[in-house]
Amino acid sequence: MSKDAILGSIRRGLRRGPLPADQRAMLESRLATHPRHLIPARSRLPRPQQVALFVRNVEKEFGTVERVPDLAALPAAVADYLAAQNLPPRFVLAPHPDLAGVPWSDRPMLEFETRRAEGTDQVSVQHGYAGIAETGTLMLPSDPARPTTLNLLPETEIVVLRASRVVGAYEEAWDRLRAEHRDALSGGFMPRNIMFVTGPSRSADIEQTLELGAHGPRRLHVILVDDDPAALPMADAEVPLRPAEPGGPAAPGD
Amino acid sequence: MHVTSPAFKANASRAMRDAGLQKALGKAKGAFLERRAAAVAALPEFERLRDIGRDIKNHTLAHLDFYLETYAANVERAGGKVHWCSTAEDARAAVLEICRKAGARTVTKGKSMISEELGINEHLEANGIQPIETDLGEYILQLRKEAPSHIIAPAFHLNREDWEADFRRMHTELPADRVFHERRDILAEARTRLRERFLAADVGITGANFLIAETGSSVIVTNEGNGDLTQTLPRVHIVLASIEKVVPTLEDCTSLLRLLARSATGQDFSVYTTFSTGARRAGDLDGPEEYHVVLVDNGRSNMIGTEFQEMLRCIRCAACMNHCPVYGVVGGHAYGWVYPGPMGSVLTPSLVGIDKTALLPNASTFCGKCESVCPVKIPLPGMMRHWREREFERHLTPSAQRRNLGLWAFMARRPGLYRMVTRAAIGALGLIGRGKGALRSLPLAGGWTEGRDLPLPEPGGTFMAQYAKARREKRA
Ligand code: SF4
Repeated sequence: MSKDAILGSIRRGLRRGPLPADQRAMLESRLATHPRHLIPARSRLPRPQQVALFVRNVEKEFGTVERVPDLAALPAAVADYLAAQNLPPRFVLAPHPDLAGVPWSDRPMLEFETRRAEGTDQVSVQHGYAGIAETGTLMLPSDPARPTTLNLLPETEIVVLRASRVVGAYEEAWDRLRAEHRDALSGGFMPRNIMFVTGPSRSADIEQTLELGAHGPRRLHVILVDDDPAALPMADAEVPLRPAEPGGPAAPGD
Repeated sequence: MHVTSPAFKANASRAMRDAGLQKALGKAKGAFLERRAAAVAALPEFERLRDIGRDIKNHTLAHLDFYLETYAANVERAGGKVHWCSTAEDARAAVLEICRKAGARTVTKGKSMISEELGINEHLEANGIQPIETDLGEYILQLRKEAPSHIIAPAFHLNREDWEADFRRMHTELPADRVFHERRDILAEARTRLRERFLAADVGITGANFLIAETGSSVIVTNEGNGDLTQTLPRVHIVLASIEKVVPTLEDCTSLLRLLARSATGQDFSVYTTFSTGARRAGDLDGPEEYHVVLVDNGRSNMIGTEFQEMLRCIRCAACMNHCPVYGVVGGHAYGWVYPGPMGSVLTPSLVGIDKTALLPNASTFCGKCESVCPVKIPLPGMMRHWREREFERHLTPSAQRRNLGLWAFMARRPGLYRMVTRAAIGALGLIGRGKGALRSLPLAGGWTEGRDLPLPEPGGTFMAQYAKARREKRA
């Protein structure tokens, strides 16, 4: 059988048999504690700067960002964005409770359907799980409330993200997922799919020159909902400057 | 894929006479080098991350049996299926069987070098199933019936004129006034064409940049989004991955991801980095209903415990070929198999045999640039030297010296190549010995530096460069 042949060949190369129990236990514990390695200093900032870094990096990668005070501001933000892009006021909406509670009827022009995306949809409004300041990356896990097709099929994707969900490094986003998510099937924490999205789709296959808008969305717009008083831009923030714990709470084995 | 490596010299001189190829190589190369340098300069921790990347991969390879078993168990726990395949034939058969069971007529594909290595497309076609490449570069190569010439930029050898001509030739139903003058036009056309294919396909096949033992996930890294459409829309998703792609945890993978995009395209992070774990869950509105991993050895386990084990650290970023003076003038096809450049010169002999590929480890100036940019610090020049030694022992050629002379003569007859290569070598020596007057020891030339120091090159470049500069100044 191929499995035994492959494992046997690896062990011959390593000049040993299957690992003894004590060594297995050591590796099991490395998996269980999943130690972090070096985390670049660039995202270890006080909250306001950390969120500002996220915004800057999204823009550096050709995405756009608008900050709004609360979820009630969404209908106007979406309607105005679509109008500015000359897009019809129609979109497919992620079936997420945060978005279901939004007073969409404030802008009666807006039409939407709550479902997965199809090939003909032009605009989607997705719910973001986390934002990673280090590189301006959105973390978009799949679940019934966040269909993956919303990130792929429409030409324009709008992602609604709470500022409280912006973290510094990828490792902090993994920690949140580990703490918050249970997968009923595997018993683990990984959903079927997690997309880390950094800017709109692009290709450099023609003469190694960047061209935006390949197979995925050609516009990526983030609406950042300022639900975190500690993360507001400095001028507005009434809170004293406090450094974020670098990388969040220490991971086991940190 | 047919191996044409024995004809490396003929391939190379043909490549150097190919004006279109030379134009494409000249244009494309600078872009990669500048972007990588900028991305690396912007991350002060990059050098330390390279050590970490190397150590993670070494740790994994030393316990590869354990991590593969753990990985496979976690794939199955998440509802996926793992197909262990020792050989390319096993893997082709496994893919075909999954496609047949799914009743597949068309199969969309994300870019995958292992798929090229295994010859998946030819096998599917021979069995009445149509594979459709969806990466923009791969798409045009499929139209042209060509192999990729670069591991992350498959159409590295083409100019815009080639794209335009091919799009016109293959899409005959287009109105005659449809223009493809702009890159944007070509991209828009490919997007429209492939959209129908994505929606109609029965099976999607992707490669994997990493496999995660801890969670049983496969990871793909793309900019276009084609890989994600490929693995999201069809009813069945097949992941093709070789055994050395596995890493222990998400944290290990994350550290390697910090190196990958910067080394490859000079991006801080690729646009889409996607983790897939099993098939569609209860309540999900989209995603494949079946998730298969075809886990391929095809010669890799034989490299473990040999002087080529370290090659299995490779994360396929292509920095080594982007910085290689030889690749820069001969392009990827000259190497004669799937993997070109320095990494190919080490890997190809390991996978298809040194008898057919003896010239590849010689296609090097030993300038050391590849090793100095490799994100996982693979000692590529040293391993090429191992191959030359092995080959010597096997008496495949009369003597090592004659071979080196032969290589020198080969280059000396080609002034352009010679100049380029000496310039690169001087640049590298200057870097190694920065701030010193001479080198006590030279990588790979221990025998020579044992008894003497190598004086560092004078500032100002090669003789030819100084000569040309002097002439320019005189004229001015
Ligand atoms: S050998 Fe190193 S530089 Fe070359 S592709 Fe592999 S990881 Fe990248």
